[in-house]
Amino acid sequence: MADEPLIYARGLVKRFSRKGAEPFTAVDGIDLDVAAGEAFGFLGPNGAGKSSTMRMIGCVSRPTEGELRILGMDPIRDGARIRSRLGVCPQLDNLDPDLTVRENLTTYARYFGLSREVGRRRAAELLEFVQLADRAEGKVDPLSGGMKRRLTIARALVNEPDLVLLDEPTTGLDPQARHLVWERLYQLKQRGATLVLTTHYMDEAEQLCDRLVVMDGGRIVAEGSPRSLIGQYATAEVVELRFADEVDYSAKLEGIGRLDPLPDRLLLYADDGDGAVSEVHRRGLSPSSVLVRRSTLEDVFLHLTGRTLVD
Amino acid sequence: MVTASIAANIAARVEPSRVAAVVARNVGALRSGPAYWVVLVSGFFEPLLYLLSIGVGVGALVGDLTVDGQTMSYAQFVAPAMLAVSAMSGALAETTYNFFFKLKYMKTFEAVLATPVRPMEVAVGELLWSVVRGGLYTVIFLGIMVAFGLATPLGALAALPAAMLVGLSFGALGMAVSTLMRGWQDFDLLTTGQFALFLFSGTFSPVQNYPAGVEILIQLTPLYHAVELVRGLAIGVIGPGLLVNVAYLLAMVAASLWFASRRLERLLLE
Ligand SMILES: Nc1ncnc2c1ncn2[C@@H]1O[C@H](COP(=O)(O)OP(=O)(O)O)[C@@H](O)[C@H]1O
Ligand SMILES: [Mg+2]
Repeated sequence: MADEPLIYARGLVKRFSRKGAEPFTAVDGIDLDVAAGEAFGFLGPNGAGKSSTMRMIGCVSRPTEGELRILGMDPIRDGARIRSRLGVCPQLDNLDPDLTVRENLTTYARYFGLSREVGRRRAAELLEFVQLADRAEGKVDPLSGGMKRRLTIARALVNEPDLVLLDEPTTGLDPQARHLVWERLYQLKQRGATLVLTTHYMDEAEQLCDRLVVMDGGRIVAEGSPRSLIGQYATAEVVELRFADEVDYSAKLEGIGRLDPLPDRLLLYADDGDGAVSEVHRRGLSPSSVLVRRSTLEDVFLHLTGRTLVD
Repeated sequence: MVTASIAANIAARVEPSRVAAVVARNVGALRSGPAYWVVLVSGFFEPLLYLLSIGVGVGALVGDLTVDGQTMSYAQFVAPAMLAVSAMSGALAETTYNFFFKLKYMKTFEAVLATPVRPMEVAVGELLWSVVRGGLYTVIFLGIMVAFGLATPLGALAALPAAMLVGLSFGALGMAVSTLMRGWQDFDLLTTGQFALFLFSGTFSPVQNYPAGVEILIQLTPLYHAVELVRGLAIGVIGPGLLVNVAYLLAMVAASLWFASRRLERLLLE
């Protein structure tokens, strides 16, 4: 039990039946092992199957096939017991608009069988933690998107969960609001919480995840730490080249490094970006713009699927 | 018996503290503003207005009537039926409009089911809450009946648990129906159905006045049993027939709860 992973999945499949059509396979046979204390991420574009997977892990959706154990238990038989130890922040906020900010937490605490007293204390602590103490007695509707997200995260922590599930915690937030959420999640991580999150922002995955899987079309296409994925599927640096004309320069750039032609620019992968740029110039080419940057998970994703993450 | 086995099945799937938490959420929402109170108060007055206009007004034209060998004023005949209607519509309003809104638009139950609370606990909690509302109507209505001399205090006391059962059974039925609703347009159908029951369930005239075929049809519908039970206890005409009414309403509670929780599972936990 002690070293059993918090999440264990083998050949996990989720199919949705559809009226008058073949069932749709949203999750297509994935394997997962998440250990206590990890910050684990699912990185993938919309429709990759991230939420479907998260809902199965959260024991609110039955796997169609495969083996799944959460906290060492069977989600079908022990669903309620597992859920009592999970904290869930769903993709779309479902806060209760009839209740105040504070009541959203105290009411939720009671679903976990916590006493009023404990609920009140946790609510007060969590409102401080997510910096919403000054809004405690107000309604939920007037809160900004970022505040609602923070409140949903606070709600997910009210039962002091062993495992926190965050489905796209910062999608739709402005940069400042995102950073506030990241800060709180980072703090949770520092305290040793086990976090599982989904995102289609590679910077989020890089910031928060110790380990992640890249998902596409219901399958896992790569797995590792952000750094190791970049090491494995990209080079240390990437040169972005733009040319003023429409000419295909691929042949002339042959041999400098791997090339990925995008509609508006060319990506040239090289461990030494400046060296690659010199080589480009030496070959007599004069791009209209040149940018050397560190490679990111976006490049990994592009390499693996031929598509960009966010379009 | 089927009802008993369903009831046992329901009891096994319910943890009282979690049901209480579901009810507590609705108590909290009461403080959310005046809108809810407006609905609450207006829902109460409808059967009362019928009692005054038809029971008292039409009653002056009709004179006394005799049911099961007991002679009473027309208003005394109509009042227990309006009590049953009041309990019905109080509970029903809660488990149809409000329940549907929470289910479909506020995603309240989606949030709840991510916790240890299970669908049956949501169903039972919401039902108990609807009974609180139906019960509130019942108690006030009974007070008015006694004040107007339409029921003896003893009759009112006897009718109270019956009216609570009526709220329970219609609350459950309404919840089951709500899980099948596609959108607000379906509520027109519900309203029409409710009004038909209201007119023909022995509310304003004894069902024996209808042709035999219609009478049997009416005896299959739920409000008839509710009215019979409440009226029998309120006017003190007590016979074994009341047990049939009780059994009918209990079966309705069990079957509806079971159905509603299955539907919640289908809708929210796919
Ligand atoms: N309840 C459902 N019924 C039918 N199809 C669904 C359902 N939920 C998700 N899907 C489909 O499954 C695919 C994966 O969805 P989802 O898991 O939400 O992906 P992601 O969270 O990565 O964007 C999508 O194509 C989506 O349309
Ligand atoms: Mg999603």
